[in-house]
Order: sequence, then structure tokens, then C-alpha cells
Amino acid sequence: MMFKKVYNWIDERLDITPLWRDVADHEVPEHVNPAHHFSAFVYCFGGLTFFITVIQILSGMFLTMYYVPDIINAYASVDFLQHQVPFGQIVRGMHHFGASLVIVMMFLHTLRVFFTGSYKAPREMNWIVGMLIFFIMLGLGFTGYLLPWDNKAYFATKVGVEIAASVPYIGEYIAALLYGGEIVGAQTLTRFFAIHVFFLPGLLILLLAVHFIMIRRQGISGPL
Amino acid sequence: MSNHETHESTDNVSPRKAVTRRQFLAYTLGGTTAFLAVFPGLPMVRFAVDALFQKSNSKDLVKVIAESEITNEPKEVKFQILQKDGWYESSPTLVAWISRDASGNIFALSPICKHLGCTVLWNVKGLNEYDCPCHDARYTRDGKHITVADAPLDEYEVEVIDGYVYLGNIIANRRA
Repeated sequence: MMFKKVYNWIDERLDITPLWRDVADHEVPEHVNPAHHFSAFVYCFGGLTFFITVIQILSGMFLTMYYVPDIINAYASVDFLQHQVPFGQIVRGMHHFGASLVIVMMFLHTLRVFFTGSYKAPREMNWIVGMLIFFIMLGLGFTGYLLPWDNKAYFATKVGVEIAASVPYIGEYIAALLYGGEIVGAQTLTRFFAIHVFFLPGLLILLLAVHFIMIRRQGISGPL
Repeated sequence: MSNHETHESTDNVSPRKAVTRRQFLAYTLGGTTAFLAVFPGLPMVRFAVDALFQKSNSKDLVKVIAESEITNEPKEVKFQILQKDGWYESSPTLVAWISRDASGNIFALSPICKHLGCTVLWNVKGLNEYDCPCHDARYTRDGKHITVADAPLDEYEVEVIDGYVYLGNIIANRRA
């Protein structure tokens, strides 16, 4: 009751109903609805990817309440937030396992789009945006892996940057930009942290918006 | 208005189109915006790419061992260097395998395997070679790769001053 009154009060002034109708009120075609054909569950992977992405963003925001991107304290802060803070194991667990799950779901989503031929005209641009999202996700995985600053993190980054350094001609410049110096060290950690929590998520949210606006404009591709 | 339209369509026939007021405004505003965007943009970009402009801090020579202790048999020598990583200074321990060649010149090899970066050791298998414990890469006493690895072991710059061996930067192997 109370909620309805408040809603109406705001709606009279700002006309917000069309706003959320636009986002939420639309038909789901029968061929993508698992309630009609169970096999249509393959159409859920995109939505699942987004769902887990939201969890990644939220759990990541909470992790930064304790985490410090500093080579002396990073490992200790992760150890503390996981083992001393109540539900720390759960929150970091969500971020840790969610990271793998995002990649899995995104891959399945990509396979679905590929095998249903949904990338074909007129949806080519959305396939390209999807590929950009794919690489941003990989970038998030790569930069996030360093942050706990344990042995696995250190050597994974060292190997990763060395692979980047093997690119002909520009490899050493890519490596210098990733290192932020000459070794995997203090400057690499702060740099990867900034890229992981600001640059890539900002870009990701932008591309996701474009991805969703395009799918809404063009609609879901027809049945096979 | 219809007069105006006909006038414009005849204009289009001429090869050079006049710039309209609207276009002029658009170009001017766009150009100004781009110009102004440089002022906040440039400092941030320069800030982010500083690593590209840093002079590689060449390491000072470090005194590691007396010359008289070095023989033809490679000797493992550990030493500390001062390492600056931005605001963080530390003294990591490095390892060199130092020996003399046939003509008595002292040289020092870095034990970082050129295959995948493990640490090699001298003469573990009794072959008088450097052996890598990870994937069985092998190197001669000059550091030349025999198997598995595709490059020779790196060298340290060596100087002998007043009877002591000093080591400097790690450089590509010149012997193998």
C-alpha cells in the first residue's frame, strides 16, 4: 500500500512507468522459453553470464573494503578478509569461483550464438561487441589473478607478461606497460588493481549496455 | 521555401560545396572540444605510460668473491643487489655460477634456465654439465644449450678489481 502510494507520487511527477516497462516488459518468444521447449535452456547462458557478472561486481566491491594493492600487505589483507572476517570465505569464494563461472557461461553463450547462427546479418555488430566483452573478461581474469600476491599469482603474471613480450616488435613495450617497471613488483600490483577495478569494469559496463541495447533493437533471432 | 529548395539543388551541381553556417559551427565546436580534451587527457596518458620512458636502471657492480677462489670448476656464488621498484627498495639474493675458461678468464653464468625459467645446477648427473631439474634441459660449462632449451644461459657482466670478482648486469651469453 505504502509502496504503491510512493510509486504513484513519483510516477505522477516523473512518468517513470514507460522507463521500466521498456526494460522489463517485453515478450519472450516461444522458441527461447525453456517452459515450452526444455532444450531452449541454451538461450539462458547469456542471462546467466550477466547474472554472475553482477555478482562479481558486487562481491568485488565488498572485497575492496579490506584488500590493499600493496606488495607488503596484499597477501595479509586477503588472508585476513578470508579467514578473520565473518563470511569472508563466502564473499571471496563468490568472487573466486564466480570468475571461472563467468568464463564458462560466456563460452557456452558464445557457442549457442555460434551454432544457432545468431551472429549473422543483421546481428554482426553485436557479435563483435560480444567478442570485445569476451576479451575484457579475459583481461579481468588476468589482472585479478595477480591481486592475492601469492606464488601462483606472481608466476602466472610473470609467465603471462612474458608471453605478451614475445609479440614481434612491440612486445617489450607491451610488457613495460603491464609491468609498470622492469619486474613483476609493487608497480605491477597497483597497476593491475587499477585496471581490474576501474578501467576494465567501466569498459565492460559500457559494452554490456551496447550489447543489450542492440539485442533489444534487433530482437532475439528466430527459431532454427 | 520552394524557391529556396530549387536554389539549393542547383547549387549541388557545382563541384565545390559551400560550407553552411551549421557545418561551420559543428566543425568549430568539434575542433575546440578536441583541443580542450587534450588538456585533461595528455597528463593522464603520460602518467599511465611512464614505464615506457624509464631508463633501465643499470645495476652497480657488486663485489661477490675473491678471485683466488675461482677455479675451472663452476662455483655457486650468492650475492645481494639493491633493487628499486618504484617506491619499494629491496635486496633480493641472486645466484651466479662462476668459473674460469681454458685461458683463465673468469666468467659468470645466470642459472635461470632458458627453457621455462627454473634454476639449473652444475653437474648433478655427473656429466660435467648444467642440469635443469624441471625438464632435463642441459648446458655446457660455457652455458651453451645442449637439449630442451633453445638458447644459452645468460651471463653476468664480470669485472676483476684488486683481486675480487665484481658482477653487474645480466647480458646475453657471448661464449656459446
